Amino acid sequence: MDNILEIKGLSTYFHTRAGVVKAVDDVSFAIERGSTVALVGESGSGKSVTSLSVMRLVQPPGEIVAGEILFNGKDLVKASEAAMRRLRGAAIAMIFQDPMTSLNPVYTVGDQIAEAIRQHEKLPKSAAWTKAIAMMQRVKIPDAERRAKDYPHQLSGGMRQRVMIAMALSCNPELLIADEPTTALDVTIQAEILELLRALKDDFELSMLLITHDLGVVAETADRVEVMYAGRIIEDAPVRDLFHQPQHPYTEGLLRSVPKLREVGLKRRRLDTIEGTVPNLLALPDGCKFAPRCAYKIADCTTGEIPLISIRADRRARCIRYDAVGDEAARTQTRKQQA
Amino acid sequence: MKRPEPKLVNNKLEAKELMMQDSTPRMPEVLIEVKNLKKYFPAGDGWFGKGMDVVKAVDDVSFTIRQGETFGLVGESGCGKSTTGRCILRLLEPTAGAVNFAGQDLLSVDSANLRRLRRDMQIIFQDPYSALNPRMRVGQIIEEPLTIHRLGAKAERRDRVAELLKLVGLDPSHAERYPHEFSGGQRQRIGIARALALNPKFIVCDEPVSALDVSVQAQVVNLLQDLQEQLHLTYLFISHGLSVVEHISTRVGIMYLGKLVEVATSEEIFRNPLHPYTRALLSAIPKPEPDEKRNRLKLTGEIPTPINPPSGCRFRTRCAMAEGRCAEVEQQLVEVSPDHFVACMVVAP
Repeated sequence: MDNILEIKGLSTYFHTRAGVVKAVDDVSFAIERGSTVALVGESGSGKSVTSLSVMRLVQPPGEIVAGEILFNGKDLVKASEAAMRRLRGAAIAMIFQDPMTSLNPVYTVGDQIAEAIRQHEKLPKSAAWTKAIAMMQRVKIPDAERRAKDYPHQLSGGMRQRVMIAMALSCNPELLIADEPTTALDVTIQAEILELLRALKDDFELSMLLITHDLGVVAETADRVEVMYAGRIIEDAPVRDLFHQPQHPYTEGLLRSVPKLREVGLKRRRLDTIEGTVPNLLALPDGCKFAPRCAYKIADCTTGEIPLISIRADRRARCIRYDAVGDEAARTQTRKQQA
Repeated sequence: MKRPEPKLVNNKLEAKELMMQDSTPRMPEVLIEVKNLKKYFPAGDGWFGKGMDVVKAVDDVSFTIRQGETFGLVGESGCGKSTTGRCILRLLEPTAGAVNFAGQDLLSVDSANLRRLRRDMQIIFQDPYSALNPRMRVGQIIEEPLTIHRLGAKAERRDRVAELLKLVGLDPSHAERYPHEFSGGQRQRIGIARALALNPKFIVCDEPVSALDVSVQAQVVNLLQDLQEQLHLTYLFISHGLSVVEHISTRVGIMYLGKLVEVATSEEIFRNPLHPYTRALLSAIPKPEPDEKRNRLKLTGEIPTPINPPSGCRFRTRCAMAEGRCAEVEQQLVEVSPDHFVACMVVAP
């Protein structure tokens, strides 16, 4: 299998006054060339720090303390700062949630795209400008020539995100990291941007790392999903399998707590929830980090580290009771024993 | 329908109010009636008031909210849904229109009466981080409405705070802590406890779960539903999250550019949407089902500015079904089937 990115045993810690926060703890996964991998989790689960680690953009007090990040076989953790600078925005590009804070308010968007192009390609200004306009047309910004002379505040949120995408793709990256690219957008605009990303992925032969908390976006966009909880990957599966048969109680809980269209004539019911809250990363429980909130918890869950178990060649789950997940009888029985 | 027993009946004011209520006739079915509500904001290049533009944030909106129901107000950013909520509570002064609350015209009452009425109407905000004063203890935050309205003695208020904390699923000992010590979901619970302090009848929930993680979102939605049943509350639930609105609402209104374009029961609007905008909006929701076939209705163009909205139907510039006449006449809401209103002359002439 040809992997564009392979992360092995990545740990990124933040050294704070209150103690060491293991924001990313022994994370391993791979992105097959041409595919989209989604990194899913709630706030504080470590998904953004994972992506920042790939770009080597973790700032002190944060630090990559262990692991390898193999991009086309080359370890980025060991790469020099100069080499990283050549890579960022060229071979690996990134788009962020809020395009307004990622764009410079005092330059026109055309200038900013041209500037990004000239960072990596030796082009005269006029050629870079022409290319910038061509890029804006490729991300379907209408009337690109005129829009290029606009400042960020003159564009709508959706258009600004398109500008960000144009800038990210201007140097033909191989890997695009999209960190919550549609979270700040309205749902109709979100649909357009997701569609655009899908089309551009084929056009540019991109591989994509998509970071999101929206399971709907995952279902539509990803080929493979990594679910994160408290800095670790707790489930890794092809997208269909994950949605049809989650094998970690947390994934199951996440899927169940999304409101769905109710059956005709049915009265509204209570939503399924995951009880409790995400644990404090400074005071993690022993054993399984999810155990305090888990409906399948047994005594063995709280003794020793729970490994990421390979269930099949392409599926892993960090749960010793993965075969019980989804089994209503097992849930009720466990509940009784817990009580 | 009877109002739930207020918890502070030993307080004189509250007791007097209770007596007055018992002597008034039965609660009408409609709790809130919004009629031709308008809110215009001055905007843009006005120089000494000359050539001042006007943003028509809410433009001639009418709907009713029935006792005990949840009315969902949905739309994309800038459609005027939050402004509508705030105008109903008179947190913003409406430009024109009328709001009837339990038979009283909210827009014409004087400030003393408005203050009294405000006890019955509360609001929960989107961002639990900025809605709570970081320098106040949680107990003080929840107690503040009681202090402002001079309800109960100090000890009674303390008891009430403990009771409210329990009601929203927190521990009474949390009263001594500060907001930063809580997670987002817990902070939203504190906001809800504060809103409940005065035993309101009506609560405007302005995007109450939009800033929360999915699993916590479900907890807060359940809490709001439980409280509604327990305390017979009426909600105006403002959100852009369509699936949450579908889940919690009895009836739903869809807004576009300051106008209501469709109003129906939740079941009807999600199963049988008629307005082209509603349809596009619903088809745009990404569903957590990888095998689902998607027939996405594409919208062309962008939301026009509310300063100079299109003539006639405001949605026509992005509508695939638009005809010539859509630019000429502005269609009002028409009842197409019982309780289902649409403002579109193509689908509901």
